[in-house]
Formats: sequence, C-alpha cells, structure tokens
Amino acid sequence: MNNRTTARERKAIPGHFKALLAIVLFFLLLGGAHLVLSRYLMYIISVMGIYIIATVSLNLTNGYAGLFSLGHAGFMAIGAYASTLLTFPVSLRQAYDLPLLPALLGGQGYQWPFLPAILVAGILAAFGAVLIGAPVLRLRGHYLAVATLGFMVIITTMAKTLKWLTRGSAGIQVIPHYTNVWWVYVWALITVYVIWRIINSSYGRAMMAIRDDETAAQSQGINLVKYKLLSFVIGAFFAGVAGGLYAHLARAIRPYEFSFTMTFEIVIMLVIGGAGTMIGPVVGAALLITLGYALKPLEESLRLYGLIELVYASLLIVIMLWRPQGIVGGNLTLQGLGQWFRRLLGSTGERHKGTLPDPP
Amino acid sequence: MYASGYIAQQVLNGTVLGSMYALLALGMTVIYGILRLINFAHGAVITIGAFCFYVLFVSLHLPFLAAIALVVIFGGITGILLDLVAYRKIRGGPEVALLITSLGFYIFIENLVKMLASPQPYAFRPPPFLSQVNQTAGGVTFLTIDIFILLVSVGIMVFFALFVKKTKVGIAMRAIAESGETARLVGIDINRVIGLAFVLASAIAAITGFMWGGKYGQISYAMGFMAGVKAFVAVVIGGIGSIPGAMVGGYVLGIAETFSVALLPPGYAEYRDGIVFAILILVLLLKPSGIMGERAKV
Repeated sequence: MNNRTTARERKAIPGHFKALLAIVLFFLLLGGAHLVLSRYLMYIISVMGIYIIATVSLNLTNGYAGLFSLGHAGFMAIGAYASTLLTFPVSLRQAYDLPLLPALLGGQGYQWPFLPAILVAGILAAFGAVLIGAPVLRLRGHYLAVATLGFMVIITTMAKTLKWLTRGSAGIQVIPHYTNVWWVYVWALITVYVIWRIINSSYGRAMMAIRDDETAAQSQGINLVKYKLLSFVIGAFFAGVAGGLYAHLARAIRPYEFSFTMTFEIVIMLVIGGAGTMIGPVVGAALLITLGYALKPLEESLRLYGLIELVYASLLIVIMLWRPQGIVGGNLTLQGLGQWFRRLLGSTGERHKGTLPDPP
Repeated sequence: MYASGYIAQQVLNGTVLGSMYALLALGMTVIYGILRLINFAHGAVITIGAFCFYVLFVSLHLPFLAAIALVVIFGGITGILLDLVAYRKIRGGPEVALLITSLGFYIFIENLVKMLASPQPYAFRPPPFLSQVNQTAGGVTFLTIDIFILLVSVGIMVFFALFVKKTKVGIAMRAIAESGETARLVGIDINRVIGLAFVLASAIAAITGFMWGGKYGQISYAMGFMAGVKAFVAVVIGGIGSIPGAMVGGYVLGIAETFSVALLPPGYAEYRDGIVFAILILVLLLKPSGIMGERAKV
C-alpha cells in the first residue's frame, strides 16, 4: 500500500527535513501550550497522547496485520500495574499493602526510575502477548476476537484476585506523578515512527499480505506465525507503555478501568479514524478524546451518564455504515495530508484501501 | 467431602444458569449460522427485556402475562430493527465489519439504558408467586422462578427445534445457513427469513432478560454484556452453527461456572469469569469445531 510513496520519499530528502521541521514545530507548540493552558487542559492533551499510542499500536495488529484483537486493554493493564509496582515509593509500600515485588524485578527495597519502569512495562506486556499469541493467533476473524477478549477478561480477573500483588478491586493509589506531556508525546512519536518504519519494511509488507489474503501470503512463502506474532507483540509492547504512562498520569488505577470499555474505546478510535492508515488512528484518538472531554460538562450537568459512550457508539455505527474505511484514507506523508485536507474540503481525493472495504 | 445435598443444590443452580445461557446461545447460533455474525448486540436485548419488564410490571402495574407478552414483542421488534438499520446494509461484507457494527449497537443500547434509567442497579422483583422459597427433603433450596426458568427454557428449546426442523421457514433458515446464494436461487426470500430469525432470537433474549433479573434480584444497564459474551462462549463450546450444540454448550458452561464457584475455596468466586474464558481458549485450541459442531475452518 505504501510502497509507492516510500519510494518517492527515499528519493526526496526534503521530505524528511519537512517531517523533522513539523516535529520541532509540534513540540514548540506543545511547549507554548504548556505555558498558556490550564493544568486540566494539559491533562486532557496528555490523555489524548496516551490514547494515540494505544490506537496507533493497535493499528499494527488490527489494521495492518488484520488480526482483529479485542485484548488491547489487557496489555495496557499489564503495563500499568507493572510500572506502578516498580516505581511505587518504598516508604509507602508497607502502608499500602504492597510490599511484594519479585527479587527479579529489583525486590521490595528498590524503587525504579520511570524510564526503565516504562520499558519493563512494555516488555512484560509484550511477553504476555507472546504467551497468549502463540496459541491463539492461529485462529481467525471472530474466533480471534473472542479469544483475545477472553484474554482481557482473564487479565482483569487476575488484577482483581491477585490481592497480594494488585490490592484487588480497591486498586492502587498515590502512584508517583511522573507522566507529563513530554513523556507522552515523545513516546507517541517513537510509536508512530517505529510502526511507520515497520509497515514500510518487508515486515510490514508481509503483514499486509497476510491481512489481504492469508492463503496467498502463505503460498508466497511468508511465515504466518512469525509475522502475526510480531505484529501482536509489538502492538502489545506499546500498549504496555501506554498503560504505564496512564498509571503515572491518573495516579490511581483500578482493575475495572482496563476492561471492555477501554478496549472498545480504542477499537472505536481506530475504526473511526481509519484502520490500516498511518494518521487514521491519530485522528480517531484525538477526535474522540476531544469530543469526550467536550461533552463531559454536558453529561454531568444534565446527569445524562453514558452520553459520551452513546455518541462514540453512534459515530462508530455511522462510520461503519457509510464510510467503513474510516475518516482518513491517507497515510503519513505530506501528500497524504494534503489529500486528506482536500477531501475534507469536498473534492474527492485518492482512496486508499483500509481493512474494511466498501459495503457491497 | 461435600454433602450430597450441596452437590444437588449446585447441579440445580448450574442447570438454571445453563438454561439461560442455552436460550441466549440458541439465538446467537441461529444468527451466526445465517449471517456469520457474532451478534454482540444480542446481549443488549437481554438488558432491554429486563428493563422493559421492570417498567411494565413494577412501574405500570400491568398483569404479569401481559407484561411478559409485551417484553417478548418488544424484544422481537428490537431484533428486526437491528437487522433493518444495520446488518442488512453491510451483509455480505467482511465479517469483522459486522462484528464491529454489532459492538457499536451493543454500546449504543447499553448507554441509552444507562442514560434513561440510571447507572445504579435496580432491585428487581418478579411477581410474588415466582419468588417463593421452597425446600426439598434433601436440603435443596430453590425459588419458584428456578422451576419457571427450567420449564420455560425447555419449552422454548423444544418449540425452536421443531420450528427449525419442521416448518417451511425453519427449513429455509437451514438452507440459508448452508448457502445463502443457492437459497436465493431456489426462490427463498432471504431478507424475510433473516428478519424472522432476528425476531425470534431477540424475543427469546428479551424473555431471558426477565429470567436473569428474576433469578439474581437486580438488573443494571451492563447486565447484558457478560451474559451475551458467555452465551457466545457456550456457542463455541457446543460448536458454532449447531442448535443442539448451543443447548449442550449452555448447560456445560452453566454447570462448569457454578461448580467453579462452589468448589473453589471461599473468596475465589471472582475467578469465575476468568475460568469461563480459560475454558473458551482451551476449547478453541483443542477442538475449535466444538462438541457438536461440524468441522469449522477456524
């Protein structure tokens, strides 16, 4: 799908320069926002970034490799609990019934710094993905969706029941407040970059070939298990990172937060933005988080609890019925962005194939 | 180790729970057979049925039978609406598109109920004649509603099995499940048959919602999700697309779930859902075609 544009990109070095410039500009903008905007707005922007990481990483599994997974919140839970337990202040562990930490992970007397803790969070989530993925990934479509959903339920059940490790349903509070917009958006940038590099490599092409036609891909000598597992595990790694960042932003985690609602939210963001495109998940996550926080005052003043999810679900249904490829049908190139804006303004641009073709 | 009365009690509890799973699985497997759709929205119809009964019976004081009849009718209407609004348009598309749409509808209905009713659970009282406590000589305690659930579900299952086997529409349903294209060629009105399948499946789900609420004494906007997903687990265990399989799967799951709670040490009841899904993953890995399913291409 992206072969053509990458070839063009390779020749045109200014494209890289422009991208770099855009990144620098973005971070300058973020710095400006940090000075001007309130703490609440910065919190929302951080949440947005975390969901961008989660959605972009799900896109690798779901959009590019075509493995419809409903287990993403499970990986986020693993990441959130792992980084929380590693960084929990030693002095508070006794008081909060969290003295236990395996010696392998530094033991109970050692509080990890944030960066290695986040990395371990991602690695543990990836490890979980290997464990569940190795057996489950030979299933397809529906079966895979329900099996990964089952995995997510098992993870939340464990978070509820392993009280010596997670404090059960009460959750863990007073998590150190490490996450800020910088952490979030540097990680978001890394996620987007890594996944962009993967899908523009032979790995990515193999994944997309599997998505488009598994049998044909296999007959071309593509190792199905290897590429499926790879996309699943890399997706899980970044989900773990997103979970870790979330824990240190919200400063309190409970098992039920990482359940169906969160999984579906991420899937909805991906589908609405456009699965199998580079900026689709970013747009989807940004749009839905903005919408969610914009509707929050309305929901609370009218006491219409559930309004936000209702709007999310309506959007999902509308998109599925009338624009199943998502809002965005482009990719992360300036040409793609230009096309997207032109399309937004009404003229029809080039269409790209997502996971979901037009209805018959 | 355990008294026989205790075991008998658990068997009864498991069978009652299994009956409800079996009823839900019945609807899901019929729709899956015809459309290749895991209808997550099926779970939402349970919630609709339960709340509908609550409004009609508790708030509006309608007679019990009238309330039940309206619940069934309302459930059927929900089913046909789902088909008309959503699934008909994307039918024949990729199966994941159908799945995502049904998820969307589930979330939509769940949150509509949450908005209109309340995020808090409601206490749910079936009519007094169903909430009597009875005790047998062996020390087994049960409510009259347990017997109601057993009888009504067996009745529905027998009716449904006969319907699919004997009637013209039932045969048409099986024909479409076999091959939609061929069914169309021999002159079967596919839309009508699929619509009817949705009406039947959803009507059954709606009445299951009443049973669920009556059995557990409370209803909430989120009650349908786990029930719906577990019904799908029952479908997978029994063998996707097989109607007898769905019933067997429902009972196996109900009894397994009840026993996993009853036999684990106290305080481990929360493992229940985890155990159910562990069973699912095991079944998918060992025998993806299920107990009574045809050889499925997974």
